[in-house]
Amino acid sequence: MTTSRRDFLIKSSLVSGGLCLGLSLPFTANLALAAGTEDLASPIEMGAWVLIRPDNTCIVRIAKTEMGQGTLTGLAQLVAEELDCDWSHVKTEKVSPQENLKRKNAWGQMLTVGSFGIRFSQDYVRRGGAAARFMLLTAAADQWQVPLSELTVSKGIVTHQNSSRSTTYGKLAEAAARLTPPDPKSLILKEPKDWKIIGQPLNRLDTADKLNGSKSYGIDVNLPNMLNAAVMACPVFGGKVKSLDDSRALKMPGVKKVVRLDDYGFAVIASTWWRAKEALGAVLVQWDEGAAAQASDATIKAHLEDGLKTQTGLYEFRKNGNALDAIQGAVKKIEGTYYAPFLAHATMEPLNCTALVEADRAEVWVGTQDPEGALLAMSKQSGIAIEKCFLNRYDPGGGFGRRGRVSDYVTMAVSIAQQMPGTPIKMIWSREEDMTHGQYRPISMCKFTAGLDANHKVVGMHVRLSGQSIYAWRNPTANLKDYKDDFQLQGWFADPKSDQQLCYTLPNLLIEYAMRNSHVPVGTWRGVNVPQNSFYMECFIEEMARASGMDSVEFRRSLMPTQSRQLAMLNLAAEKGDWNKPLAKGKHRGIAQFMSYDTYSAATIELSLDKSGAVKIHRIVLALDCGYAVNPAQIEAQVQGSIVYGLSAALWGECTIQKGRVVQTNFHNYRVLKLAEMPKVETIIKPALKGSWGGIGEPTIAVVAPALVNALSNALGRPIRSLPLKNQKLV
Amino acid sequence: MKSKKLNINGKNYEVDAEDQTPLLWVIREQVGLTGTKFGCGIAQCGACSIHLNGALARSCVIPLSSIKSSDKITTIEGLSKDDSHPVQKAWLQVDVPQCGYCQSGQIMAASALLKRKARPTDQDIDEAMTNICRCGTYQRIRQAIHLASDLTNSPANKKLG
Repeated sequence: MTTSRRDFLIKSSLVSGGLCLGLSLPFTANLALAAGTEDLASPIEMGAWVLIRPDNTCIVRIAKTEMGQGTLTGLAQLVAEELDCDWSHVKTEKVSPQENLKRKNAWGQMLTVGSFGIRFSQDYVRRGGAAARFMLLTAAADQWQVPLSELTVSKGIVTHQNSSRSTTYGKLAEAAARLTPPDPKSLILKEPKDWKIIGQPLNRLDTADKLNGSKSYGIDVNLPNMLNAAVMACPVFGGKVKSLDDSRALKMPGVKKVVRLDDYGFAVIASTWWRAKEALGAVLVQWDEGAAAQASDATIKAHLEDGLKTQTGLYEFRKNGNALDAIQGAVKKIEGTYYAPFLAHATMEPLNCTALVEADRAEVWVGTQDPEGALLAMSKQSGIAIEKCFLNRYDPGGGFGRRGRVSDYVTMAVSIAQQMPGTPIKMIWSREEDMTHGQYRPISMCKFTAGLDANHKVVGMHVRLSGQSIYAWRNPTANLKDYKDDFQLQGWFADPKSDQQLCYTLPNLLIEYAMRNSHVPVGTWRGVNVPQNSFYMECFIEEMARASGMDSVEFRRSLMPTQSRQLAMLNLAAEKGDWNKPLAKGKHRGIAQFMSYDTYSAATIELSLDKSGAVKIHRIVLALDCGYAVNPAQIEAQVQGSIVYGLSAALWGECTIQKGRVVQTNFHNYRVLKLAEMPKVETIIKPALKGSWGGIGEPTIAVVAPALVNALSNALGRPIRSLPLKNQKLV
Repeated sequence: MKSKKLNINGKNYEVDAEDQTPLLWVIREQVGLTGTKFGCGIAQCGACSIHLNGALARSCVIPLSSIKSSDKITTIEGLSKDDSHPVQKAWLQVDVPQCGYCQSGQIMAASALLKRKARPTDQDIDEAMTNICRCGTYQRIRQAIHLASDLTNSPANKKLG
């Protein structure tokens, strides 16, 4: 690619603009070595995001957490594109939160939730690549005494055509590193039409060590003199230890110590984790379970039902026209109440964290979606200044939101290590502990009432959501005035600029929220509140379509006069899913659409249902418009993954409460999808709309449950309003 | 507690662990091979899959006492010396893993299947591959098993596997 106008602009801005800010950082070439980069040939830093080795290896720094979603590869593509390097020379390294703190957030926010990974960092990481490229080219221009504009660069080889000279990034790196990095804002990024690496379905960069057992996760950490801890918290959330007798446990082989976890539980520290876990059972503990021990699904559901009826304490989230009057005067009235249960994340790697607390410093080894939050949690628990806290990042074996903003397991590991200063202690939760001490997807119910006129047109819709609030759980002292919590209403926003817009235009619409909290911890589960709200909305829309006598797709189209991007996905899913083609005998179809995290999705599901009510899903066609598709192969993988996660939840997922505790303890009673149940998934990615960067990890799960339920309700000729489907009679 | 001899990936180890210790934890904590993963502890998820005398086994429910010193244990680390097993090659080509945590177990299960059945049908794969993957890599696992079968059975690759 020819060096373009953008380089001139940068050059002139450098000359006239004086000191550059932003990327002017100390060049610590040894940072990469400290971070464990295997090759010892010193990598040289080109601004915050790129390091170049003399052998032309380009190391891209990754600030976001890679937990399977492929963001590491996508982010590297963004940087490499602007760097114009050879993709086969690209490697990555993780940035640590303490380094980010020290360098005043040079790498932006590291928190990886909300499908942020690419959409909220694409601009600054691309500028990081462009800055490095500019420095390397400037070094070549200086060396050859030629104008920058006469240089070309391709795959990390810089050429001056006129004098037939060429050199490599590896050779230029040292000289380039002595230059002042440009102001990233002054750089002009490539036009999408010129992209060579962004948009390619490239294989992941992080696969090799996942195939031979050499990849180390947090659970695999091994340190000199390390001990292991197994934990048990009161099975009733909020309960406390009343009394504890550890005399028998302390006599067991390898057991070193039994320690309290604040007032809510205890840990056994032993030479191996297995010995610690065995000794847990030998500790005689009596719990003070508190009033919450009276709570059950029945009491929590009664609380939610009250929220559906109440006339006070409501948050009026959306109101246009007068829905209640319009429905009152309607020719046909439709009503339905929906339900979705608590859900556990059940990441494959159970929660764990290794901690070492010394007199004036603390260190942890952990897989987290929130390295900065974890660092804060360490400091808060240990009382050690954050500058003396060190976090070693591991890629989590699954996150799905559980390793997000809540660092409960980091706090716990530090509290254990505090009770044995100077000894690193690896805390691992058993699957049972992981399943019964989650941050569950919030429980909710949703009542819909709608009216149709004589021409089967919608005249009004009233939505009453009643359920637990994540925000309230996380901020117990927050002033939630008038129960105003927009987060619980994800996917139902009116604003067309919202990244969570409800893509229907309804003449009279009232959406209310009744906050109904329980003692059960709630948190962010893949898609957060979107999968529940999309299930409710899309299945009730299906009920309305049926009542109107219209085809499901036609009916939705009639409600989407201005939502052209979403309409295009609905049409695409219908077309590619053969919506208008006749079905084979015994087969049924369902469709759903939803917009979230700035990505538009729609899916068609084809299934059969036998006389016993057994469901066999044959085919899912999912169409999405996420704006720029950085890596279509990884998007496809995320679509397949979100379908597996979504189907597991819709078919079997529930965490029920009895005597204040979660009943489900492991995969035998928290069933998830296996390979034999995996339907054929066809992913259709719509070519990008200019200027739009949507999320990928979460949005497509929104359409899974409603498309499935709509197919089943089409098969049965009646609505299904409650999840999971295993509790429904499907005959 | 007495020390016990184990043969893992062709090497002999001597370990000190209680008889009831699951083989998984002996492999991970005493031997120090951490590629075999803990997922559930009750043989539901398959993250701990190994080969015991060539047959697939879930090591989280095998007590150490049931292992004989003559038993041959293969873990993911011993599947091949240089990632050259057709299943590993196919996994790389198809780009199967997401978070990767369950993949040791998936690869051990797939390689055991291919040993039994060189040309598995989709139904064979359905029946054999019961390991859990929460990231949802199943579609690519199926594709990669067929590819591994092709790699093993094509004349040019006779030596592999």
